Amino acid sequence: MLADVTRVLQALPPSVAPTAPEPEPASIVPEVAWSSLTPVLILFGGAVVGLVIASLLRRALPRSVAALWTVGVAVAALVSVFPLWGRVGNPAEGPASLVSGALAFDRFSLFATALLCVAVVFAALLADGYLRREDLEGPELYALLLLAAVGGAVMVSANDLIVTFIGLEVLSISTYVLTAMHRRRVSSQEAGLKYFVLGAFSSAFLLYGIALVYGATGGTNLLHVQTFLSENLLDDDYLLLAGLAMLLVGFGFKVAAAPLHMWTPDVYQGAPTPVTAFMASAVKTAAFAAMLRVFVVGFASQSEQWRPVVLTLCVLSLVVGSVAAVVQTNVKRMLAYSSISHAGFLLLGIEAASERGTSSVLVYLAAYTVMVAGSFGVVTLVGRTGDGRHGLDDYRGLARAHPGLALAFAVFLLAQAGTPFTVGFIAKLGVITAVAERGDWWIAAVAMLSAVVSAFLYLRIIVAMYFDGADDHGAPVEGEVPVVSVPWGARVAIGLAVVATLGLGVAPGLVSGPASDAVPEPVAVAEPGT
Amino acid sequence: MIAVVRAGAEAGTAFNPILAMIVVPLVGAAVVALVPRVRAEAARQVATIAAALSGGLSIYLLTEFHRGEAGFQFVQRAAWAEDLGIGWHVGVDGISLFLIVLTGILFPLAILGVRPEHDPKPYYAWMLVLMAGSMGVFVALDLVMFFFFFEIVLVPMYFLIGLWGHGDRVYAATKFFLYTMFGSALMLVGIVATAVLHQRATGGPLTFDLVEIATGQEIGTGAARWIFASFALAFAVKVPLFPLHTWLPDAHTEAPTAGSVILAGVMLKLGTYGFVRFGLYLFPEAAHFFAPVLLTLGVVGILYGAFCATVQKDLKRLVAYSSVAHLGFIVLGTFSLTNQGITGGVLQMVNHGITTPALFLLVGMIYERRHTRQIDELVGIQKVAPIFAGVFTLVMLSSIGLPGLNGFPGEFLALIGAFKGARWWAVVAASGVIFAALYLLWAYQRSFHGTPDEANRSFRELRLGEALVLAPLCVLIVFLGLYPKPMIDRIEPSVQELVRHIGQHDPTVDIEDVPAPGPLAGAEEGGH
Repeated sequence: MLADVTRVLQALPPSVAPTAPEPEPASIVPEVAWSSLTPVLILFGGAVVGLVIASLLRRALPRSVAALWTVGVAVAALVSVFPLWGRVGNPAEGPASLVSGALAFDRFSLFATALLCVAVVFAALLADGYLRREDLEGPELYALLLLAAVGGAVMVSANDLIVTFIGLEVLSISTYVLTAMHRRRVSSQEAGLKYFVLGAFSSAFLLYGIALVYGATGGTNLLHVQTFLSENLLDDDYLLLAGLAMLLVGFGFKVAAAPLHMWTPDVYQGAPTPVTAFMASAVKTAAFAAMLRVFVVGFASQSEQWRPVVLTLCVLSLVVGSVAAVVQTNVKRMLAYSSISHAGFLLLGIEAASERGTSSVLVYLAAYTVMVAGSFGVVTLVGRTGDGRHGLDDYRGLARAHPGLALAFAVFLLAQAGTPFTVGFIAKLGVITAVAERGDWWIAAVAMLSAVVSAFLYLRIIVAMYFDGADDHGAPVEGEVPVVSVPWGARVAIGLAVVATLGLGVAPGLVSGPASDAVPEPVAVAEPGT
Repeated sequence: MIAVVRAGAEAGTAFNPILAMIVVPLVGAAVVALVPRVRAEAARQVATIAAALSGGLSIYLLTEFHRGEAGFQFVQRAAWAEDLGIGWHVGVDGISLFLIVLTGILFPLAILGVRPEHDPKPYYAWMLVLMAGSMGVFVALDLVMFFFFFEIVLVPMYFLIGLWGHGDRVYAATKFFLYTMFGSALMLVGIVATAVLHQRATGGPLTFDLVEIATGQEIGTGAARWIFASFALAFAVKVPLFPLHTWLPDAHTEAPTAGSVILAGVMLKLGTYGFVRFGLYLFPEAAHFFAPVLLTLGVVGILYGAFCATVQKDLKRLVAYSSVAHLGFIVLGTFSLTNQGITGGVLQMVNHGITTPALFLLVGMIYERRHTRQIDELVGIQKVAPIFAGVFTLVMLSSIGLPGLNGFPGEFLALIGAFKGARWWAVVAASGVIFAALYLLWAYQRSFHGTPDEANRSFRELRLGEALVLAPLCVLIVFLGLYPKPMIDRIEPSVQELVRHIGQHDPTVDIEDVPAPGPLAGAEEGGH
């Protein structure tokens, strides 16, 4: 054990190991490297400014301006990531911590932040036509989207458990409100309340877990936790284990891993569909990235304790997500269950607890963001006015009425099933490789078999769209053909998602390259002047 | 081995058609998708041109192929997704050459020969996508790339069966998709395991390169057996081997004619080709270990397929079951692990890919004329349509394996190989040849002989267009039956190399025994 500790110490950068960060005295205002915070600042500023301007000029606001503003802000934040990406690569500036050890400035957080921005772009584009159709127009949804992204960005770069919690709460509270956004649909209100109550409960678990970890290690900073745990052998680690368990409950709830998934189908179904798209993409991204940093970096030395638990969550999610989805007839619920099964795949990457595991999780999150945003984009449109037409029957004959839309949905569904030449395959290959490198063949096999079961679910939707709409001779069958209007925003969003799904599938290096550089670093408190 | 690859690369420096063979149909599909809906005829023309172009390139490949070389030719390598270890690595050897040419011939014929009943535009687009995928699968020399193509062909075929099929098409399409995906799901784990174990042994970067892994042979025996089993499951579903064959009769019966043509001609070969290219090459010891199981399943398939075919009432289903039997011979030859057996297996892959599609085309023509495929409802066609019956007889005799037609040399070589490598299996399998004669001749007798009743009296004779589609296949049936030497000359060096490779890694195979040309010459004599 002592040898282990020494090895870990040697592995740490020399500047890090000897100076375990002392909590800074509260009176000193920490130095803030504002420029490194640009993406978060842009998102936050965009939300506040947008909300203020919109409330001042409400009547005069031309249509789609709020959506365009949001897209612009998110794109600006996305663009601002690129120079920072280069800066992190520069050894002089390197991965560092910001705001006195609260946030980590590394490629991992930048990559995840970029994904959150992409999710905001998709959600805003989808929301534009949706809000007009449902007669709910207003700037609130957009402001909440941006604020949720701020919370997510804080969460993915949090280098301190308390900051993780703050980010999580900002994200979650925005999402609770977003879920209940549809004022005239009872199911939306109900979903919002359900999400709120259960979400608050899980946040409490998380917070209690943080408290226990603090009790066990004497700090909440991840670097501190990591160094403490690798330097010291705890006589009695019940406190730490209980803390880890609580943290897993909290994160497991947010990422919708079975058996903590009960809220997912109801909330996904009840929420306004563009919000569901956002939840599935952004909330999952933020929660997984934060979970990965906390466990793979912070509790690296405890991986023997938490890996079996993550493995259990993973297998349960794979099985529940695929098997329970098969009996559903509501497309939104189907996709909700499929998101549970995707959570299982993502947990594989965390369970691997390796560099490849980390990069494969990021690739998977990128893939899932575009696939799920596209899928719910189509669902948004087919839901039609009232956002209630989500049965399988409502998709009958979609291929006949809207060939492009049906083809796009088919692409997203096949991608989710892991068909080659789509980004979904690259994602699955990555996590499978990651667990295989650990030698866990059987879990890789379980995952792939569950993917086959999930494929059945995706095929059911494709069957409804393509095959049920016509008889053997191609004549349309009796019954209503779905006629949906496709506003420009949704058109752009779905088009982008198709291009990304296929493009990244054919040229996977575009996403897997950056992802393999984006390893979360245990960052020390930034030295003055950087 | 590396030297061989280099030589092949030099041979391909002039012009390497492989990428174009895959891309041309895809471009064609995109163009078809852009054709306005009202101009369906234009979609057909574009599809024909694209398929013929790609097919032409495959024939160029054949003419430029260096006979007598064992290694891969037209090799092309490029980085693709380096951090994942996937590379673009393609090449052709004697084993894949004729399957590529077969793909290049069958697709244009299927597109020309069969018009869809409705929605021509998406139909042709899917056909072209299917063509691109099928081409890719036979040239891929990277495990993940192979998996890419192996799996992607499901999607167009799924839509072809589901949208343009008959009867219980949705059930058949879904069953087809899920069965095959189930098989390949575990193969993906196997592929990843192969690469990871290879990496562990060499300490180098992760790679999925087939040649590199196979020549390295650094995977332990136990692991290799497990991985081979995962590959075998995927291929066994695709072949299909008893008892994983149940998707096949459904898919074949409900598929549109062109779908059956491609399914029988090209897609079933993915399984047997996979066994030869990946199973035997990567895991020689495991292949030897599992050979008795696979030989048994092959023989069971031969007999079971024949029995089922005998009792079918539906002509198309009968042909489908006959495929189960024929593919059994290929598996038998392959897992005899002898030079003759594998050569025969490869020959039979190609020849089955000529004969059975022709049979499906003919059955499709019967269905077009009579709107039924039930043998009871057909009678006396020979009297009304003698040319049609003549062509049917020729193709049927080839399927039975009559010497002088193309069905014979492959089956014969496979049996010889099996007799040398796995005697008692060969003895049982040989009886399958008789059953093939039984079910096909009996079906022919019931539907073509006799006096035509009211419904069959108006059975239309073969039209010129139909004849032109069947003509190339019939010419090949006769030519390859009488003179299989050009094919054997190109296939054999690669097979010998493979058998030597197996022998190196398995002491029980006698290397001295391997390059015995005697029985091959005998096969030619039998052919004349």
